[in-house]
Amino acid sequence: MKKIRIGCGAGCSFDRLEPAIELVEKGDIDYIVFECLAERTIANNQQQKLKDPSKGYTPMLEPRMRGILKQAKENEVKIVTNMGAANPSAAVDIILKVAKELNITNIKVAMVSGDDLTHNLEKYKSMVMWQSTKTLGELDAEIISANVYLGAEAIKEALDNGADIVITGRVADVALFVGPMMHEFGWTENDLHKIGQATLLGHLLECGGQVTGGYFADPGYKDVENLHILGHPIAEIDETGDFIVTKVKGSGGEVSPRTCKEQLLYEITDPACYITPNAMVDFTNVNFKQVEKDVVLVTGAVSKGVPDTYKVNIGYCDCYIGEGEVSFGGLNSLSRAKLCADIIEKRLEIVKANIDEYRVDYIGYNSLYKTNISDRFAPEEHSEIRLRISGRTKTYEDAMLISQELDYLYTNGPAGSSGVESRVRQVLSIGAMIIPKEDIATDITYWEV
Amino acid sequence: MKLKEIAHTRTGDKGNMSNIAVIPYDEKDYPMLKEFLTAEKVEEFFSQICFGGVKRYELDNICAFNFVLEDSLGGGVTRSLAVDKHGKSLGMALLEMEIKE
Repeated sequence: MKKIRIGCGAGCSFDRLEPAIELVEKGDIDYIVFECLAERTIANNQQQKLKDPSKGYTPMLEPRMRGILKQAKENEVKIVTNMGAANPSAAVDIILKVAKELNITNIKVAMVSGDDLTHNLEKYKSMVMWQSTKTLGELDAEIISANVYLGAEAIKEALDNGADIVITGRVADVALFVGPMMHEFGWTENDLHKIGQATLLGHLLECGGQVTGGYFADPGYKDVENLHILGHPIAEIDETGDFIVTKVKGSGGEVSPRTCKEQLLYEITDPACYITPNAMVDFTNVNFKQVEKDVVLVTGAVSKGVPDTYKVNIGYCDCYIGEGEVSFGGLNSLSRAKLCADIIEKRLEIVKANIDEYRVDYIGYNSLYKTNISDRFAPEEHSEIRLRISGRTKTYEDAMLISQELDYLYTNGPAGSSGVESRVRQVLSIGAMIIPKEDIATDITYWEV
Repeated sequence: MKLKEIAHTRTGDKGNMSNIAVIPYDEKDYPMLKEFLTAEKVEEFFSQICFGGVKRYELDNICAFNFVLEDSLGGGVTRSLAVDKHGKSLGMALLEMEIKE
């Protein structure tokens, strides 16, 4: 029976490099997928591209390619990734450059494009945003990015045409996994059971180490071995759609029904209807069975059909946040922190700062004195409190007023005000809209070296 | 007894929505939690931060729950003023809930 093995080399833009190298060297895998786009990542990448047209792809693309390209070529591991982010063609330039430097020849690189709608938004101006009452037009002047979550079709087509590396911008995370399975097994969206399983495989693997024991350990409750050398996941799927989840033997972490259950439910709403461009999947009959240590058999996901729309992710400049922190140590620290918060609040009225939302936090354990001194304090006394002030404003100037009030504390605040930090940042928010699939034309471009 | 003695949680976020998976260590505790850990109790527990209501999804097959907390992240990860902008600590808070013996 035909089987393929897919590994996940990264579950976010700044994930570790070593697990990916381990997968390519020792994972006996056919594909390695790097999923590197969180909801807001592409908007940040679009801003980088505006400053420098040769940037805007995932910053770790080059070290990742240096780390795995030679071994991937030797072991015939194909690479599928959305590390193109806001600038897939610049990402291709990097891949070709690294291949040349490493004397790698006879590889075919495919770039999937068509997701970037940033400069083609005219026809959607009157469209009401997803989960909102505002139209897109109301955000107009401030839009940074608009990218469609594409499906698996173009990835499949690129692989059908012999690509060794497929690089994309925005696609649905699971599509990076579903594409190779559609290519290898000839599945279409109408193979409901198999596409359901393929989608579940993608969902379990897309966050990298989160299914192999990362983001899971809780000492005394959920102990996990060797998180410092956490192995990233591998799924082995056969032509029936059944698959196992595992990791490289000897790597750290755990693959078990309990890690799989947590990841199944990670960042989803209705488990009976998990929506991607290629499928609406029912997870409610899924089963996880431990077949041996760190090997879990997964069955039971079924697609209920294919949506006829795409979701578009829109990044826009929204507002500003002025924020800062200051520490208070020793006797009466909470009272001095509260006095300080009161001073700042009154000062912000005096300087007439226009603030839409305001927040005060009291944080602390042992950063000032470390435990040998911190432990001397009576249990009812706080050895330290870090006061954090933050406020959201419409203008940069108002946010600066908040930040400045923190800076004034050394000579004007309560006793022992220490370690002041303050900053102003622009807020890039994310919205979405739903558009008909027929609006979007996907292109694939190929390079051979 | 506190929830942490019999269950673990995983928290995720989508925009201004937080989702908390609650999974009993031992599947035999699932029916009791199904009766006790209602959407109303979770909503009451998070009443000071969750403003859009709580919906509970049940996964009888794997003995787990998914609680979806609408309007609970201060506008979402980019707009939130919280230290924990993703609300990833919410599931750990829920583990402190007192449940019946």
